[in-house]
Amino acid sequence: MTTVVNVPKSLDDHRQVETLLEQVAGVPADAKLLVDARHTTFASPYGLTMLLTLAQTRLERPGFYPPLAEDTGSYWARSHFYKFAEELYDFHGRAHPSTRTGDSSVLLEVTPVGASEDVHAVVERIQEKSQQILTEELRLEPAATMRFTMALSEACQNIVEHAGRGGWVAVQRYRWQARLGGRKVVVMGVCDAGMGIRASLESSPARRITDSWDDRVALEEAVLNGISRHRDPGRGQGFRGIRSFLDKWDGKMGVRSGTARLISPMPEWNPVPDEPTLEENLTPFPGTQLQIIIPERVS
Amino acid sequence: MVTHIDLKTVLRRTVCELFSNLVTRPTGAAVRGGIEQQLALVENPTLTVIDFSHVGLLDFSCADEIVAKLLLRHVAEADPGHEVYFLFRGISETHLDAIETVLARHRLALVTDDGSGCVRLVGELDDRQRATWEAIFRLGCAVPDDIAGEAGIPAEDAGKVMEDLWRRRLVMRNEQGYVAVGATA
Repeated sequence: MTTVVNVPKSLDDHRQVETLLEQVAGVPADAKLLVDARHTTFASPYGLTMLLTLAQTRLERPGFYPPLAEDTGSYWARSHFYKFAEELYDFHGRAHPSTRTGDSSVLLEVTPVGASEDVHAVVERIQEKSQQILTEELRLEPAATMRFTMALSEACQNIVEHAGRGGWVAVQRYRWQARLGGRKVVVMGVCDAGMGIRASLESSPARRITDSWDDRVALEEAVLNGISRHRDPGRGQGFRGIRSFLDKWDGKMGVRSGTARLISPMPEWNPVPDEPTLEENLTPFPGTQLQIIIPERVS
Repeated sequence: MVTHIDLKTVLRRTVCELFSNLVTRPTGAAVRGGIEQQLALVENPTLTVIDFSHVGLLDFSCADEIVAKLLLRHVAEADPGHEVYFLFRGISETHLDAIETVLARHRLALVTDDGSGCVRLVGELDDRQRATWEAIFRLGCAVPDDIAGEAGIPAEDAGKVMEDLWRRRLVMRNEQGYVAVGATA
């Protein structure tokens, strides 16, 4: 039996991603899935990398209906989503080709991350485009470009160092028409379907498992307290460095792992009303998924 | 003796010709290995200038592997018979972000030089250590009595602080007294 999973019209933030994952909950990993994105008109870097990650979790190669809307399909092609989706999904229907070459809004196309060399490639590539977009469009100071790239590097390294399997990263700039007064934002998605933060920390021989140990505690330990599975005291600085950069530039980071999700920092401009800083008992999903948003600066 | 190590050259020799950024732990470990190879060829005591001038990005992981582990190996655990001093040159503000973070994590300190004579002490030091180092730097070469007058602390205390700065390889010791790292390079 095939389970049809309807991709929301907009696969933007975590709420829509949760809607997607809830449809997969309870479906055995070896059961056939058909992911239907025909009526999807928008996906953020987080949404696109989540779709690839979802396919990675399946033992049976899932089917995929690409978006019908030409603009959407063309953007997904320019973002290199199809390039990797075709390796993971059986396509039903034709994916729209890119109608344009290049796209100034795409800072980093969907890029696989599985080894240290991939992180170098991501860093070299993003530096070419981020300077102009961050300084001229988001009005950040020139030094922010390097700090942004540092944050991206650390986020990607979490996959290489801790996930146990490859993941993806993508970065895009766009204007929020209905949110944040129409300000521009840069959105980064970094997703993997690896072991997740809890299992990573549990692999440390020094780890003491307490009664309250779960995905939420593991997430807090890693993201807020800089705890790593390594005994080396120099480890565990990645999330701290990312948060420090986002604190300075009024950004937002959401980290999902297992059944928990944590937001830190939580900015005042957050467009999601009453969004909790910490969520538990979400649909179980392997790996760790990050969404980072940096808004245009207003004086 | 002064040895100059250009990190971009080490990066290209030890990791990849095409890379210009110091990112990831494996890269940092490889670059540190390249530095260690060069250090093995020089005689004690030596002042080694680690030059970041041609490096693009330095992330936290690489800063930990290169800067912190190099200092931990050669400075924090230094024995009197092994005298290696480091001066870090060409550090940008963004390099400094990563470096200061790892120095704080390991309670380390180092000396930077922007290449045009501006020398700074960076990292974890208390006020008395910092004042003493700055006094030694101003004086060029100093003994405890000099520092007692300059920094306004008892000579006996000044001597202890100077000895501690020497053990941390932030000042060099010669027959005339103590010289701040960066004052002579």
